[in-house]
Amino acid sequence: MSNEEINGGDALIRALADENIDLIFGYPGGAALHIYDAIYKQNKVQHILVRHEQAAVHAADGYARATGKPGVALVTSGPGATNAITGIATAYMDSIPVVVISGQVASHLIGSDAFQETDMMGISRPIVKHSFLVQSAEEIPVVIKKAFHIATSGRPGPVVIDVPKNMTDPNYKFEYKYPKDLVMRSFPILGKGDDEKIAAAIELFRSAKKPVIYSGGGTIQADASKELTEFSKLIGCPVTNTLMGLGAFPGNDDQFVGMLGMHGTYEANMVMSEADLIFNVGARFDDRITNNPSKFGLAAKKIHIDSDPSSIDKIIGVDLAIEGDAKLVMQQLIEQVKVSGFDQAIYKDWWSKVETWREAHGLNHDMLKLKNEKDIILPQQVIQSLYQITKGNAYVTSDVGQHQMFAAQYYKFKDPRKWINSGGLGTMGFGLPSAMGVKFAFPDAEVACVTGEGSIQMCIQELSTCGQYGLPIKIINLNNRALGMVKQWQDMQYGGRYSSISYEDSLPDFVKLAESFGHVGIKVEKLSDLNDAMKESFAMKDKLVFLDVLVDPDEHVYPMLEAGGSMSEMRLSKDKKTF
Amino acid sequence: MASQISLLMENQPGALSRVIGLFSQRGYNIDSLSVAPTQDPTLSRLTMTTSESNEVIQQILKQLYKLIDVVMVQDLKASESISLEMALIKVSNKSEVISKIEKNYSSLEFNELDNKDEKTILRLIGDTDNLESLLVELEDDLIEVTRTGALGMTLGNVSLETEEETKVIY
Ligand SMILES: Cc1ncc(C[n+]2csc(CCOP(=O)(O)OP(=O)(O)O)c2C)c(N)n1
Ligand SMILES: [Mg+2]
Repeated sequence: MSNEEINGGDALIRALADENIDLIFGYPGGAALHIYDAIYKQNKVQHILVRHEQAAVHAADGYARATGKPGVALVTSGPGATNAITGIATAYMDSIPVVVISGQVASHLIGSDAFQETDMMGISRPIVKHSFLVQSAEEIPVVIKKAFHIATSGRPGPVVIDVPKNMTDPNYKFEYKYPKDLVMRSFPILGKGDDEKIAAAIELFRSAKKPVIYSGGGTIQADASKELTEFSKLIGCPVTNTLMGLGAFPGNDDQFVGMLGMHGTYEANMVMSEADLIFNVGARFDDRITNNPSKFGLAAKKIHIDSDPSSIDKIIGVDLAIEGDAKLVMQQLIEQVKVSGFDQAIYKDWWSKVETWREAHGLNHDMLKLKNEKDIILPQQVIQSLYQITKGNAYVTSDVGQHQMFAAQYYKFKDPRKWINSGGLGTMGFGLPSAMGVKFAFPDAEVACVTGEGSIQMCIQELSTCGQYGLPIKIINLNNRALGMVKQWQDMQYGGRYSSISYEDSLPDFVKLAESFGHVGIKVEKLSDLNDAMKESFAMKDKLVFLDVLVDPDEHVYPMLEAGGSMSEMRLSKDKKTF
Repeated sequence: MASQISLLMENQPGALSRVIGLFSQRGYNIDSLSVAPTQDPTLSRLTMTTSESNEVIQQILKQLYKLIDVVMVQDLKASESISLEMALIKVSNKSEVISKIEKNYSSLEFNELDNKDEKTILRLIGDTDNLESLLVELEDDLIEVTRTGALGMTLGNVSLETEEETKVIY
């Protein structure tokens, strides 16, 4: 470790390098200029210039979700900081480790309504895991170290570091030392689960007749997917993943009953309603899952494994709570089951019931074979085509709306960290910038952004960033000429009164738009052209392709839980429901 | 009856706003709040009362503990504890007020602190419920009133102490 004297800006970038960060996404401005100068003078940390600060945070977030490593964004004070807020809230709701460094006006100006001053600590407070206002240049290295530690440990989450401009003053120098360790008061990080509870959990499985394993984003965050799969295989009961948990258990395995919840499969929601044991790992019984909590899992004993004790008993009271790291707890469970053995035959009757549900109303994963006279493309068919052509191996990011739900239902994610969407905040505009983050992390992998013509326009400016850095993302636009998900609700609950869901004739020509940024645009209108266009898009290895697919504008997402009902109260199509 | 939560937090700018923010963000009600540094100047101790249900209190405790700046949290009502509060009141009819206190509120301690302009400031100390009913009774007599909010402490061996520091080594 060198003892040379450096300034705060250089220290900040050096500390990032010492934290093994080699890529940050950002946008410069007055209060951050000393930091940008420090970036210029070195080559360990590469800075990616986005076109809007929201995109910087989403890109850092996408990078973090795909790699499991923290993502970093750098923005200036005032408007730079406020533009970052949606990105921070998105990461917060999905517990993603992101560190956002914001420039701030000089300390002596704070509170004076100075040019481009905003109270970033205050504005971001409810949507961060923690935040720091740097008080002295010397503390920059230790603040950076703490920020990364907090962002990545326990239940991860975003951390903001607000850096007043004078803290990075080029003329103020001090001895740089990156701390090897940290002392933090009362910062418990949960490890293994209580052994007695582990044994009790297995006993509950032995006495259950109709159990289900329900796994969420926490399993993926804890890198516990392998363990979840192994444990599920040993137990042999139905497994369902939440929207955030897709890929933790392979979507193409027969033991998987599909996603559960609002737009979950019929069989997954039925399994949840009739189960006598619900084993929740890394999920939080949120309202998109439980529907009406007072009607949720009434017949079931409940086990909940979570690294955040405040998630336990928050919405649904449980019979057995195991506080701990999902990976370690699953390892303990596996060990126990291996020692004592497990007779899966006890669930035979349960499985025959599940099979009848699947047969009755399971999703049709073979819709590409359906033909229609007008050769109209259904949105589900686009996802199935994407799945076929990428062999289920692509990273798929998504925006928010019907297209997101179709992607979640029909792209059978086999691996964790490959399905990247804003589940908690539901942020339109997330898809493209997060795909950039993924592509930077995995330049050789296929990265698709499944979007809608509404959502893509919320961060469309990033097509320029993709041009600058040569990011051959495939944008799959399910173009239904409307804010489809809103329209679906208006169909179902507002007598088809379409209030503000149409752009009338104002949609851009996406092909020309993509071309104007130097990318390739392809428009597909006929089902008979779909597969070829999809193939062609992925064959252009070094090109960003904007595949604008005109899909049936009248399609709805089903199943759909009925508001206020139980998990078995679902609409299955426009004219079929279970209640 | 209202619950009382006691906590230790970093004595740092922003820490208090995180604690209070948590209450507004999650829709919990605070009835009273008092905060000041402890014998260790790097820590502040905060006592708050809230009339939320027991389930909500359990959530509040966990959510508070999750805040990085919060070092330790305690539900005072979960063990034997004492709780009291101080109020200053200003009145112009001192003798009537004092006789009301002496008659019905013998458990409240009081002293006379000042008499400028024939306005008397009295200091009252006692448990919150008694203090509150007295203040209701004195409503027409009070020129102004200010209260500390309840303070609390558990008895005997049970104390709100800091945990051992966690050292994170890389
Ligand atoms: C930033 C933001 N604003 C508004 C919404 C509400 N919203 C949810 S879905 C949706 C429609 C999305 O339209 P589109 O991207 O075309 O997707 P589609 O549903 O048509 O597939 C809207 C407006 C949101 N989720 N995010
Ligand atoms: Mg649309």
